[in-house]
Amino acid sequence: MGVCIEFQDVSYAYPLTRKAAVRHLNCQLETGKCYGVIGPNAGGKTTFCNLMRGLCPNFYGGILKGNVLVNGKNLLEWEEEELSVQIGYVFQDPFAQVSGIKETVFEEIGMGMENLGVEAEEMIKRIVEIAKMVHVDTLLQKNPLALSGGQCQRVAFASILALNSDIIVIDEPTSQLDPEASNDVFEIIDLLKKQGKTVIIAEHKVDLLAEYCDEIIAIADGSIIAQGSAREVFADPVLREKGVRIPQVVSLALEMEEAGTPFCRMPITMEETIRMLKEKKEGK
Amino acid sequence: MAIEVKNITFSYPNSQVTAVENVSMTIEKGERVAIIGQNGAGKSTTVKIMNNIYKPTKGTVTVDGINTKNKTTAQIAPHVGYVFQNPNDQIFNDDVTKEIDYVLRYWKLSEEEIKRRREEAIDVTGIRPYLEMHPFDIPLPIRKFLTIAVVVAVSPDYVILDEPTAGQDLWGCAQLRTVMDYLQSKGKAVLTISHDMEYVAENFDRIIVMAHKNIIADGKTKEILYRPDILKEAHVKPPLSAQIAQAIGIRTKVLNLKELTAAIS
Repeated sequence: MGVCIEFQDVSYAYPLTRKAAVRHLNCQLETGKCYGVIGPNAGGKTTFCNLMRGLCPNFYGGILKGNVLVNGKNLLEWEEEELSVQIGYVFQDPFAQVSGIKETVFEEIGMGMENLGVEAEEMIKRIVEIAKMVHVDTLLQKNPLALSGGQCQRVAFASILALNSDIIVIDEPTSQLDPEASNDVFEIIDLLKKQGKTVIIAEHKVDLLAEYCDEIIAIADGSIIAQGSAREVFADPVLREKGVRIPQVVSLALEMEEAGTPFCRMPITMEETIRMLKEKKEGK
Repeated sequence: MAIEVKNITFSYPNSQVTAVENVSMTIEKGERVAIIGQNGAGKSTTVKIMNNIYKPTKGTVTVDGINTKNKTTAQIAPHVGYVFQNPNDQIFNDDVTKEIDYVLRYWKLSEEEIKRRREEAIDVTGIRPYLEMHPFDIPLPIRKFLTIAVVVAVSPDYVILDEPTAGQDLWGCAQLRTVMDYLQSKGKAVLTISHDMEYVAENFDRIIVMAHKNIIADGKTKEILYRPDILKEAHVKPPLSAQIAQAIGIRTKVLNLKELTAAIS
């Protein structure tokens, strides 16, 4: 599979700050894979996402060192309009993303397409389709500014999905959502994956990431401290050293190990854990 | 001493549907209570009525025996503090210390008292490294602690936190425990809305379950989290440890990984 995003020794500092937000990032993201970005707050997750989308340095300014390549082309050589179509970006704060100039959710979801000059008929069809997919179809006539946190987060998500980008970067899509709605978001992410999209999600809900992501990238203190499959990364003691949240089932496995009854291998999902525990019980 | 909510009903202005219907509850001073339930169940609306941000369409709210009906939000806020779900809804100063001092200055407290309260609030919420930053430059999850610091400085007897664990990392969750222990040591009641059942199981003795605009259960944490019928109705899943325990046939009511490990071993 091809590489769609590559970081080559990337360091970046926001304007008026002395300390770089991220330092010497090296990684390759492959087309069609789903990546979970984890780590403590203020550790560099959002900056990592901002760099892919070019918001650092194009919007924020600041100093960028090293190269970020998007589909093989240097970030700084991309036209902003082109990049915004290549990479859809869902903001951490949905209220910051909603335009504030559209009077209905319907128009809000359509705004990106409107700017791209999508035909009206096609646009309406896509808005209705996507609204159903993220369960905001009953909100289409509402004012985007009158939504609850959870509703707003879905609308922000919908307006990015409407752009049909090949790469989708999502910064904490579920922070305002209840568990059921969080699961819905991950089902949508799964659907995007099946459509061949590359998805990058920064999240604290590591239990869900472990289940859905192909790879996990752990960032702390501005550096990538681990990258690999969920099983490899979550078992890595460096995560616990740096205060990075690990899935509960991994914590359980560690507790069991301490209690002298270890699992034969590290479980990653709840179903797997239950199966392993049942086997253990029968084996006794 | 308590907040007593009696049969309140509320609809938002220009809305045909009610957001909460006939809700009643009592929160005693010093208690730790969690409100759980799906998005849209009426949780935030209910607590905003307790803080007198909204007036109920029907029913009454009394705070330590005082009916909030003829009081302003500013008159109730010193007794019932509310930390918004979204910190940006709450912050309006361009400086961290100004934000914390604002109400204290409005009350014309002495400089000495303002400083004492501010310093204590900063320490309890762990925001000292961010004092020099513009409030809106502080990372969002930490910005939430600034809004918590404001309420800590105001020092109301009843503190309401709306989804405090949303977006928090391990540091944030540990800091939140520090805040809650501090508030309890001062005899305050803490009422929290949360979707995070691990946090609820670890930190609260009592749970109020809301679904379709009403309270469907109110009881001890251990009992509520082992009532599948109630949880199903509220679209809530119990903590992972409880789910695993039930799936593998453990009969004791475990609520965290330590208890689960002990039960397995």
